[in-house]
Amino acid sequence: MAISQDKTTRDKKRVSESDSHMRNPGMPFDIDMFQDININRSAVERRVATLGKRRSVKKEWQAAWLLRAITCIDLTTLAGDDTEGNVIRLCAKAKQPVRTDLLKALGMEEANIQVGAVCVYHNLIKTAKQALQDTKIPIAAVSTGFPAGQISLDQKIRQIKKSVAAGATEIDIVINRAHVLLSDWKSLYHEVAKYREACGDAHMKTILATGELSTLTNVAKASYVCMMAGADFIKTSTGKESVNATLAVSLVMVRMIREYFENTGFKVGFKPAGGIRHAKQALEWLILIKEELGDEWLHTSLFRFGASSLLGDIERQLEHHVTGRYSASYRHPMG
Amino acid sequence: MSMKVKNIFETMEYGPAPESASEAMAWIKDHNKSFDLFINGKWHPPLSKKYFKSVNPATEQKLADISEANEKDVDKAVKAAKKAVTNWVEIGGHARARYLYAIARQIQKHARLFSVLESLDNGKPIRETRDIDIPLVARHFYYHAGWAQLRDQEFKKYKEIGVIGQIIPWNFPLLMLAWKIAPALAMGNTIVLKPAEYTSLTALLFAEICAQINLPAGVVNIVTGHGNTGAAIVNHPQVDKIAFTGSTDVGRIIRKSTAGTGKKISLELGGKSPFIVFEDADLDSVVEGVVDAIWFNQGQVCCAGSRLLVQESIAKRLYKKIRARMEKLRIGDALDKSIDIGAIIAPVQLKTIEELVQQGVEEGSTLWQPSWSCPKDGYFYPPTLFTDVSPSSTIAQVEIFGPVLVAMTFRTHSEAIKLANNTRYGLAASLWTENINLALDMAPKIKAGTVWINTTNIFDAASGFGGYRESGFGREGGKEGLYEYVKLRLEEELDTKPIPRLKARKKTETSSSHANGIPAIDRTSKMYIGGKQSRPDGGYSMPIHSVNGRFLGEVSKGNRKDIRNAVEAANTSAHWTQLTGHSRAQILYYIAENLTAREAEFTDRICQMLETDPEDAGREVAQSIDRLYTYAAWADKYDGQVHHTIHRNVTLAMPEPFGVMAIICPDEYPLLGFISTIIPAITMGNRVVVVPSEKFPFSATDFYQVLETSDMPGGTINIITGQKEELSLVLAKHDDVDAIWYFGTKKGSKDIEYLSADNMKRTWVNHGKVRNWFDEDQGAGESFLGRASQVKNIWIPYGA
Repeated sequence: MAISQDKTTRDKKRVSESDSHMRNPGMPFDIDMFQDININRSAVERRVATLGKRRSVKKEWQAAWLLRAITCIDLTTLAGDDTEGNVIRLCAKAKQPVRTDLLKALGMEEANIQVGAVCVYHNLIKTAKQALQDTKIPIAAVSTGFPAGQISLDQKIRQIKKSVAAGATEIDIVINRAHVLLSDWKSLYHEVAKYREACGDAHMKTILATGELSTLTNVAKASYVCMMAGADFIKTSTGKESVNATLAVSLVMVRMIREYFENTGFKVGFKPAGGIRHAKQALEWLILIKEELGDEWLHTSLFRFGASSLLGDIERQLEHHVTGRYSASYRHPMG
Repeated sequence: MSMKVKNIFETMEYGPAPESASEAMAWIKDHNKSFDLFINGKWHPPLSKKYFKSVNPATEQKLADISEANEKDVDKAVKAAKKAVTNWVEIGGHARARYLYAIARQIQKHARLFSVLESLDNGKPIRETRDIDIPLVARHFYYHAGWAQLRDQEFKKYKEIGVIGQIIPWNFPLLMLAWKIAPALAMGNTIVLKPAEYTSLTALLFAEICAQINLPAGVVNIVTGHGNTGAAIVNHPQVDKIAFTGSTDVGRIIRKSTAGTGKKISLELGGKSPFIVFEDADLDSVVEGVVDAIWFNQGQVCCAGSRLLVQESIAKRLYKKIRARMEKLRIGDALDKSIDIGAIIAPVQLKTIEELVQQGVEEGSTLWQPSWSCPKDGYFYPPTLFTDVSPSSTIAQVEIFGPVLVAMTFRTHSEAIKLANNTRYGLAASLWTENINLALDMAPKIKAGTVWINTTNIFDAASGFGGYRESGFGREGGKEGLYEYVKLRLEEELDTKPIPRLKARKKTETSSSHANGIPAIDRTSKMYIGGKQSRPDGGYSMPIHSVNGRFLGEVSKGNRKDIRNAVEAANTSAHWTQLTGHSRAQILYYIAENLTAREAEFTDRICQMLETDPEDAGREVAQSIDRLYTYAAWADKYDGQVHHTIHRNVTLAMPEPFGVMAIICPDEYPLLGFISTIIPAITMGNRVVVVPSEKFPFSATDFYQVLETSDMPGGTINIITGQKEELSLVLAKHDDVDAIWYFGTKKGSKDIEYLSADNMKRTWVNHGKVRNWFDEDQGAGESFLGRASQVKNIWIPYGA
């Protein structure tokens, strides 16, 4: 008999409160808060290697956790060949990500399972807005010269403003990697603070592009600076780098979120993106969040997966849970 | 089901994730829940006719009945092992490699059965048996299959020891079996192994595997039972070596009861290992390190990082992080895949933990445990952190062998080292800093056989593991571990009769003789302590005669206080130890140079004492100079290895000096016996307290004048003359002497081994056998350097 550390009643309360936590307002630049950070890569890798081995989520628990994972997905399409047609299809899937017969079998038909957001390029915000008008599903737009960010600051600010005006309620910005590689933390801070200002009421996710930051210590420091500058979420990757979300960078980033919370009292969300394709991986990330940040962060307001094919695998696993038979992808409506 | 999913969706709690026990239980049932002894390749009911039960500590349910082997059973097993040696040696390294390889394969094929069985029997989490214990077991057999293959080429000067008695603990049942059996078999020995009484099952499954792969009968014998069974193995006259892992108290008993028998022993004993955190460490990673250090295997780990030493500047922050992490640990049934901590092995162990924790509270330390509570059935104890602990607290000194961490702070790096070494034990240490300069400065200063930098409790077959101080001696794993299972072939050539010297043809004329009616100036031979000539504390001298009884002069009669002073001097003069190998070589060459300048005088002395032919005496001096050159040559060449361990890291295997060694020189070669024993000891960086030949001490007392002219730092070599047996016993009992070499009688050898048990001195005694010190193999070489050092393995994971 394992002892459960979950305090059920308190958590239920959190579910209802979770959407209304206070937004991170950021804080003045203070190098003392992060300059001594040292990350030991080997130790971090050992921790993430055992995380998924120390915890196992099976049966009903697995089904429930996977449904929660769906609510945290930023269902994404960021391709050169995106058209209105495939974005409308994606939005339809976002509204109804799991077959209703499966939801019914799971006792979740009333639970209003929808994805966390739909994530598109600026040009398709309008389409998505129309497609999602009868829902509360947020529309996220990538911005600031996504993915490389190699355009002028003016252009970046304009992009954000235009996307917000077009109806995006979440803006996924990319940071200037050069600032990190040159340890120009102050410039990074000011730039991200400007983005935050431009976002206005839209929530800002800061993409670190960790695959291009060279070291985990850089990842940690960049995370901290972005939170200081007012990030609502910190996000691993664009999905376009050669190395995208890994558990190791995720561990480093969520530990920084915890550190920032302990220092300031503000909760910042986390979004791993790129390369998360399997239900099992989703469970590993949820375990990571639960262990390092706590149950409060297991909500769409503080946790997102940036993913396009993850949902399909989760659907198959859910059907397997319901029927006991291994499922096929064609049995689930495509997005 | 449906409500359940909805509830879990809201709470996001963990559920049970049980590993099935059905196959393991079926295996037990197939044996009618009763197990016999595995002797000579077959299963034998115990002659004792007694059985005892093995219990699952997580449920308190009985698993099976296990045979209690008595002396007759053990005798049967030892005889089977003895009979099997010849054939096992003769089939050769390649055949042995094939058997070891087959064992490794079988373990991998049945990995899950072994894992589940181990968790059931021991109470440790299935995650640990599945991901750590059993994979390491397989790795150990693969690695040693390789050594079996290479033995004939790589160990030409060595041969097997014979029958090895092995007694293993309950905390890592199959892993400890592998650590014992794999190297022993690889080197051509046969085995009688006793698993711990709480955890026999995986050893019995292992015996089945030996039978399955047709391992020749008698090569591996498994006898189950309690302490008496172990004692029967230890005391059996046909057992040639004992390898033991367990408590320091039992280790001491084994050391004492084998004293003087000539049985080799290796002991891997207790610990109170420091876990040192410097202020620049990655603290979140440190917290996970703490989890692996003290909450791995319920803290029932001999090398558990049980003393947390934290730099004061970060202590509060770190404690807070550790407490938060402790809240998230999960405790429960060993077969639940989502737990971190399983059950304590037995009620008696649980009681010990509870009592020590109580004592910690009573002595004023602050106890902290998580808010959740343990399961009611089974033997569970929650993770526990003590702060406000001082080194004088009982819980800071005693090995608790449970999930209890005691925390102390330090201010400076040197204080960290002092605290770390403020223990009788010396098994392992873990240190955390992002500064490689600091890490590599600290690692050699810590008295421990294994030092993990920014990691802890990682093991591999390619790295030696074993203790300093009262954590025992001998290494398991790595090339260094193989020497525990071989002996030099020349050891069998040694005899008890001294090698005759060439008698003088005429009466020796000596410089002390009267010349022209004027008496020679009286020469006073003093002792030599801390680089100074020193008179005996007792104020007595003793007469010295030549072999034929001619009075030659007097030497100081040293007593226990002189020994005390000499040990003190050796202990406080670390300068020699800190020199580089090159610098030590320079001084050794210089000694040789200065000895050469006085070759005639030293020859003369030997002639006087032994009344030998001058040519014979001259050869002894010449050979001594030669030997000095040998060790000067070795001084910067007997170095370590970088082991190929399986993790991304550098594992440095460094030979280190013990510290202070006592050397009781052989009588028969006044100079060469002295040089041949003390020089290898100091070559490795030890400081020595020497008792030279009792009968013929003048070569040694003349020698300090050579030392004084050779830049040898004071306190490196301390010479105490006097009665050999009396002085050697004082040295054997001295707790600040780390190792002792004794060349004397059989009886003296036994006394030295017996008395050394108290502080677990490393001993090397001759059991009354004589070496031909002129012979290059018998009188010198790498094996001397190996006996004058111990290997420390430093693990340095890397990656930016």
